[in-house]
Amino acid sequence: MSGRVLVGVKRVIDYAVKIRVKPDNSCVVTDGVKHSMNPFCEIAVEEAVKMKEKKLIKEVVVVSCGPQQAMETIRTALAMGADRGIHVEVTGKDYENLGPLQVSKIMAALAKKEDALLVILGKQAIDDDCNQTGQMTAALLDWPQGTFASELSMEGDKIKVVREIDGGLETIKINTPAVITADLRLNTPRYATLPNIMKAKKKKIANMKPADLGVDITSRLEVLRVDEPAQREAGVKVETVDDLIARLKEAGRI
Amino acid sequence: MLLNKFLKASVRSGIRLQTSAAASAAASNNTSLGFSFELSEQQKEFQQLARKFAREEIVPAAAEYDRSGEYPVPIIKKAWDLGLINGHIPQEYGGMGLTIFDNCLITEELAYGCTGIQTAIEANSLGQMPVIIAGNEAQKSKYLGRMMEEPLMCAYCVTEPGAGSDVASLKTRAVKVGDEYVVNGQKMWITNGGKANWYFLLARSNPDPKCPTSKAFTGFIVEADTPGIIVGRKEINMGQRCSDTRGITFEDVRIPKENVLIGEGSGFKIAMGAFDNTRPPVAAGATGLAQRALDEATNYAMERKTFGKVIAEHQAVSFILAEMAMKVELARMAYQRSAWEVDQGRRNTYYASIAKAFAGDIANQVASDAVQVFGGNGFNSEYPVEKLMRDAKIYQIYEGTAQIQRMIIARELLGKYKK
Repeated sequence: MSGRVLVGVKRVIDYAVKIRVKPDNSCVVTDGVKHSMNPFCEIAVEEAVKMKEKKLIKEVVVVSCGPQQAMETIRTALAMGADRGIHVEVTGKDYENLGPLQVSKIMAALAKKEDALLVILGKQAIDDDCNQTGQMTAALLDWPQGTFASELSMEGDKIKVVREIDGGLETIKINTPAVITADLRLNTPRYATLPNIMKAKKKKIANMKPADLGVDITSRLEVLRVDEPAQREAGVKVETVDDLIARLKEAGRI
Repeated sequence: MLLNKFLKASVRSGIRLQTSAAASAAASNNTSLGFSFELSEQQKEFQQLARKFAREEIVPAAAEYDRSGEYPVPIIKKAWDLGLINGHIPQEYGGMGLTIFDNCLITEELAYGCTGIQTAIEANSLGQMPVIIAGNEAQKSKYLGRMMEEPLMCAYCVTEPGAGSDVASLKTRAVKVGDEYVVNGQKMWITNGGKANWYFLLARSNPDPKCPTSKAFTGFIVEADTPGIIVGRKEINMGQRCSDTRGITFEDVRIPKENVLIGEGSGFKIAMGAFDNTRPPVAAGATGLAQRALDEATNYAMERKTFGKVIAEHQAVSFILAEMAMKVELARMAYQRSAWEVDQGRRNTYYASIAKAFAGDIANQVASDAVQVFGGNGFNSEYPVEKLMRDAKIYQIYEGTAQIQRMIIARELLGKYKK
């Protein structure tokens, strides 16, 4: 086995930014808006780097799909300790229509090409909240998946994954190679140190297009309209409990 | 709690204008203009790291350190771990050898978080600078090297109770006795005085009052645990309260001759030469404080309502904010120019003094304006701006008072016009 881990990172609008919808309701404003690495992707990178530091794996390869700016996100991951990067160039309309299905096809192709032991992704991206890429990638590769991971441990050639589920925590053991998606409590991502930022400049980032991997990225989805959430309307104050019950009945709630 | 709400709001919305994707694409093609305000990729990454650290580690802790006056050891340790301090130390001694410009970028971001914490960190640069510019191999290796091995602090020990601006009138005496110098005297207002592992010390080695200033003083590196060094109490100051400022007494302190920088009598030039490198970062610190004041005031003005609208929509208030913004942008350009000049290998005294004088003055104006925008709330310790106003004052005093800067600028200016 190669001992290689593939980590996918996505460049998204920074979590602290106030999102605005374009006046034509076609999409969200991204021009001039601060972007950064998806927080769950940071957790994924941190986990991979930790595994390398514990000598459980040999190499961390970080992948991002997108335009030129995706390189910044890759470089941040390199500064956190990843060994090399792969930038899959997707621009313009193709980038606007890039969704989990397309990305998972790319990740699957790369996982095979790089002979990856693990693919670690964030559980979801904070812009589209899809929570699909990890699962689709595993399905395309026919690999087991450990999603919503809050704890990971290697046990020989299997992985023990503690998953956060609605009812609490579920522990599973899966074979490798596998796909893992990182949840919030898996770890606390490190800051890149200044010396590591400088060292990251020397690390390689390979450039390729989806076609080079034999992947067709045409989208089956069309975004019709994007709207802001409805403004919260003013409530009504009532004087007595009887009043409240009457109002609720009127509104057909009880 | 209101304090948290405003802290979070102001820290998160980060109303700093970011270059748009289009503009940066254009800029990267635009080398033909020569002049550029564009940062390199690496500089942007450094800035991002410092910004993230300041917002996540310094901002939440600053108010408590200000209240207690406790030295921010955990934060300094974390900053040291990330390589955010001691940036000036050359690579040969284990440091990163960052340019003054890069250091300024980091300094501005840290100062945004808290100038008390940032001053404690900056004092390291000031103490190290004489060694970096004037030390021999052995001295650099020993004293700069150890700063990279553990999070140590150092200090610049020049000012005395009776001599601040008039450095040439300092009285601390160094007398050569055999292979050592015996030092006696009193220093005051030494930042990191009580935390330093070693000091850069300036003392008078030639007692003859007719001896020219350029030959009368000697610069030394002094280990802080040398017998005879008496560290005074921590001074309680108006602002930057967590920074450690003390008086230091030297009673028959013996310094080996190996610790003399350059040679006997060369001290004054070294002490002053350090400033050309450290004034730009101090100006950057003042700019960081001013930017913070601007962010806090603007965020508040967009939420507080009066007379039927948010106060930012009242022209009286928006004009205050506009003038604050003007000052912050100009201070930034000033320190960047002065840092760039010295990095180009040129003497930057004129620009460094302009930057420091301007940034110090506007930091005070902008912080005071921020309190004004906050109104009654601004005067109160539950809101972050009164601390900024208290912290800002020292920028017109240390590292060369506002008046001394004007003397320097005038001298440099007139020098250009001399026939």
